[in-house]
Amino acid sequence: MKKNWPLWEVFVRSKNGLEHRHFGSLHAADAEMALENARDVYTRRNEGVSIWVVESKNIAASNPLNNGELFEPAQDKVYRHPTFYDLPDDIKHM
Amino acid sequence: MSEEQIKNLEVQFNARIERDEKIEPKDWMPEKYRKTHIRQMSQHAHSEIVGMLPEGNWISRAPSLRRKVALLAKVQDEAGHGLYLYSATETLGISREEMYEQLHTGKAKYSSIFNYPTLTWADMGAIGWLVDGAAIINQVPLCNTSYGPYARAMIRVCKEESFHQRQGFEIMMKLAKGTSEQKDLAQDALNRWWWPSLMMLGPKDEESVHTEQSMKWKLKRKSNDDLRQQFIDQTVPQADLIGLTIPDPELKWNKERGSYDFGPINWDEFWQVVKGHGPCNKERMKARVGAWKEGEWVRDAAMAYAEKQATKNLNKAV
Repeated sequence: MKKNWPLWEVFVRSKNGLEHRHFGSLHAADAEMALENARDVYTRRNEGVSIWVVESKNIAASNPLNNGELFEPAQDKVYRHPTFYDLPDDIKHM
Repeated sequence: MSEEQIKNLEVQFNARIERDEKIEPKDWMPEKYRKTHIRQMSQHAHSEIVGMLPEGNWISRAPSLRRKVALLAKVQDEAGHGLYLYSATETLGISREEMYEQLHTGKAKYSSIFNYPTLTWADMGAIGWLVDGAAIINQVPLCNTSYGPYARAMIRVCKEESFHQRQGFEIMMKLAKGTSEQKDLAQDALNRWWWPSLMMLGPKDEESVHTEQSMKWKLKRKSNDDLRQQFIDQTVPQADLIGLTIPDPELKWNKERGSYDFGPINWDEFWQVVKGHGPCNKERMKARVGAWKEGEWVRDAAMAYAEKQATKNLNKAV
């Protein structure tokens, strides 16, 4: 074997109106084959109406070790939520 | 990292699992967790792939078009299940090639049940009913396991598996209701697959080395013996319903336990098959390794074509 087929990530839209969601991954020589394989591997029972494939090496991901500085600051910004604001009881439609 | 730091991380890690949080690929995990998962998940994937072979044997000889399309779809699902599981295992940092290598050299195991031969059409019924039935019992609890990619793959697998069992049971039911010759075929298949199916749920609890740790990691939710009892209790009434006899003279309903008592399992046979001395171990590996080798030029050609197309497009762009 000279060179292994690269890894692709598969995203499927299960029906119009919904977003594409990550379904899994597979190996394929090129994008066309990745789409064909994704159809056979991930949508044998009407699971989707649209497929995206992207070579895994092209995805940049955040590191869970940095979750503290990335996500925790949001926790003390309570003023971003409607419940932070005091309103008189008899106010309607707000 | 110091030993103390690692210990701290491990305590936090175990607490996360305790709280039913999922572990995802890039999260820190103990080396043992990673290794155990690679072992179990790749074995699971290998079982799906090797599991196609005994049934592939009967696709071209299925007795009707209805049976043929169903069996084809089932075998295709197994290929799919193998692929979900391989890619989930790859998230733990092992390559597909390494896993294939381990399978082909015998370093990695697969379910010992697939080392039994499929002698008659009725075996397609027995496999779907019993082998897939036992597999479902094993797999349903795994939909809640702690490692995210494994749990997600298992949810997909379990959704598809119940069709497998039903198509098998239907085959058995039809044969059992057929001519006396057909009924004999069904009974013979049950006789041959019953005990291996019980063994498939794993060694006795006291001989199962990984159980305790696996329970903590939710890689296992029930012990082998509990799963086996569950399988027997749900399968015996199904056999009764279609007029087939479970080949165990000691099988008896135990009112106090609310379960069936059953006769001794031949564990020597189980270990012999696991060690490679089953009726079809060599044949299965020969078929699998042969398919991989004979496919090499196709894989290479596809890669060469893809590279050529990529260069062409690049030149066009310039």
